[in-house]
Amino acid sequence: MSAAHELHVQRSRTAMAHQASCLDRLANDIGRPVQFMEICGTHTVNACRSGVHSLMPGSVRLVSGPGCPVCVTAQRYIDALVDLGRRPSIVIATYGDMLRVAGAGGSLEVARSEGADVRVVTSSLEALDIARRHPEREVVFAAVGFETTAPATAAAILAARREGVRNFTVLAQHKRVLPAMIALLADSSVRIDGFLCPGHVAVIIGSTAFLGIVESFRTPCAISGFTAAQIMDGILNLAEQVACGRADLVNRYVEAVTDAGNRIAQALMHEVFEPGDACWRALGEIPDSGLDIRDAYRDFDAFDRHRVTPGADREPPGCRCAEVITGRCIPSDCPLFGRACTPVYPVGPCMVSSEGSCQAFFRYRRHEFRRNPDERRHTEPIVPAAATTPAKEGAPA
Amino acid sequence: MKPVTPVLSNGSGWERTSVPHRRRVVMAHGGGGQLTAELIEGIIRPRLSNPLLDTLDDAAVFDVPAGRMAFTTDSYVVQPLFFPGGDIGRLAVCGTVNDLAVCGATPRYLSVGLILEEGLELDVLRRVVDSMAEAAAEAGVRIVTGDTKVVARGQADRLYVQSSGVGILRPDADLGVHRIVPGDRVLVSGTVADHGLAVMLQRENAFGMESGLRSDVAPLAGLVSELLDACANDVVFLRDATRGGLAGVLADLADITGYRLTIDETCIPIRPGTAYAAEMLGLDPLDVANEGKFVAVVRAGAADAALRALRSHPLGSLASEIGSVGGTRDGMCEMVTVVGGRRVIQKPYGEELPRIC
Repeated sequence: MSAAHELHVQRSRTAMAHQASCLDRLANDIGRPVQFMEICGTHTVNACRSGVHSLMPGSVRLVSGPGCPVCVTAQRYIDALVDLGRRPSIVIATYGDMLRVAGAGGSLEVARSEGADVRVVTSSLEALDIARRHPEREVVFAAVGFETTAPATAAAILAARREGVRNFTVLAQHKRVLPAMIALLADSSVRIDGFLCPGHVAVIIGSTAFLGIVESFRTPCAISGFTAAQIMDGILNLAEQVACGRADLVNRYVEAVTDAGNRIAQALMHEVFEPGDACWRALGEIPDSGLDIRDAYRDFDAFDRHRVTPGADREPPGCRCAEVITGRCIPSDCPLFGRACTPVYPVGPCMVSSEGSCQAFFRYRRHEFRRNPDERRHTEPIVPAAATTPAKEGAPA
Repeated sequence: MKPVTPVLSNGSGWERTSVPHRRRVVMAHGGGGQLTAELIEGIIRPRLSNPLLDTLDDAAVFDVPAGRMAFTTDSYVVQPLFFPGGDIGRLAVCGTVNDLAVCGATPRYLSVGLILEEGLELDVLRRVVDSMAEAAAEAGVRIVTGDTKVVARGQADRLYVQSSGVGILRPDADLGVHRIVPGDRVLVSGTVADHGLAVMLQRENAFGMESGLRSDVAPLAGLVSELLDACANDVVFLRDATRGGLAGVLADLADITGYRLTIDETCIPIRPGTAYAAEMLGLDPLDVANEGKFVAVVRAGAADAALRALRSHPLGSLASEIGSVGGTRDGMCEMVTVVGGRRVIQKPYGEELPRIC
């Protein structure tokens, strides 16, 4: 190791230790357990991978919210997708994480092993490319994700229309983050003392989009980047706000997030999609939380073109993913975690997805819970403090 | 348009090379007849030539010294066949050599089986066999027997290689997990994750990323013998960190010995470009395959000598001590991260990664 590198390491460890001791002090000042929620899968993974949780005091807990696209996708969508994949003329193009999520009729991975044509892509444009190269096949792109992937789906649909690619459709299940955050806050059985807002989504929708949450629900919000230091910085900021009784929107990711966001991406999204009701795994139906394909682009809607009718949802018995992604419990509280449900044999969606809370927990934090069961930290359920009724109205558009 | 019939008779070079079966593998190349002989005599034997191979007998026959031998086998299906820093030929020789070397054996003789897809360009085969010859010379081994089969188009992906090898165990080496005790130090012989990421980025340039990454594929027999010459008695365990990466080896060590391993992330050597590529692809570099790195567990007192020996060899110049074996009996591998947090290292699960070896 070079001297310069050693110095750098020393500095980052010292800086982190300093932040951790500040957090300790703030936790003391607050004097009660607090629970913050991150909404982005990348935050979930990076916090676990860099060991941020191990540096936090026991009374401050960071839980995962509904920020992993795979985890919040309703099972009926998976079923529809797998059914579609089994039809002979169809090619399913999907992001890799969706491959292993099982619905009632198995997963895309199983369907593929039985002969379905399922291809993993890294972007919507790659899916469109498959359609261009195989005009004799019907290519269906499984479009999931939040405001981060929706503009790319819109771009693919616009390109397909421009070029007259007729054999490309999208089975869209895009979602908007804000309505889900508001639904969580409106639910009195969930305790959230502050949001670590999703950095990538904020890049698109802009920081001011989160203002409504702060104003209507008096819940602190910090927009944070993705390194360990940035995540810790965001948590520290939230703790400071709680300690001082403030509820502000703080943008700690100014290098990427502007007030207004990415207007080009917003325009693409607006051109092709319109807000519509959507069904979230764990959260149920939330008004205006989805993005429906506008009538003008119905030709590219796979639900329409291939007459797909989603069935009913049925959660795997015993699975507590729904509680995990709403902050009601942590993965190790689930009786299946690490026993019946592991990344190799996942039961619930949070264990399937590489950004899922359960998988991140299993991969990077399992030792905290295997070493000595009596030593467990963070296992007391954090319940809402004496019935604080959140403001009812105020959903920002 | 009139169909073009290949002209065989006039003997000039142009017509000869324009005959399809002279440029590409055809089914008859695997038929055991004249074309098979042409393939072996024209391409394979001249490149790998040595007295044992040249007899072209059904089996290679050779003397061995008294003692113990190591025997290993592996198959190679990497896609693409050529990647920055190596190709399937070099990989097949190095992979087998390294499996022998980390058992404490001096690799001696290799076999090579080639499965060719109909239509494979013979030039590709030439390049691959050239590269095998070069790697074998580098490793000090001979390819003494082999086999070639051709399968119909679509039944294989261009070219697969199967190789086995034997080596003579060094009498002074005693390697095995059973010898690991608390206090032992864990070393890695150089930078991690270079092979897997170089191959992934090269594959059809799937991610549209330009990178200067190169695979680390290399024969490790020389580096291992350097280490064992310096402190054979104090080296208790060696394993090359191929599929499953460094994480796979460390998690296995903790699991099998039952001891707690503690690793310091800042001591794990990784090239900045590799770390960046892993970040972009959402991969943990510790999970990514290497083809020229091994993990060594040595007695604490010999750690410095072992590091000196490794660093004296060009393939081990960035060797580093990354952690130690502790007395806690929970079979966990814990890592102190760059920022001072703690997390566990586990075996990767075999995710959606392209074929990398």
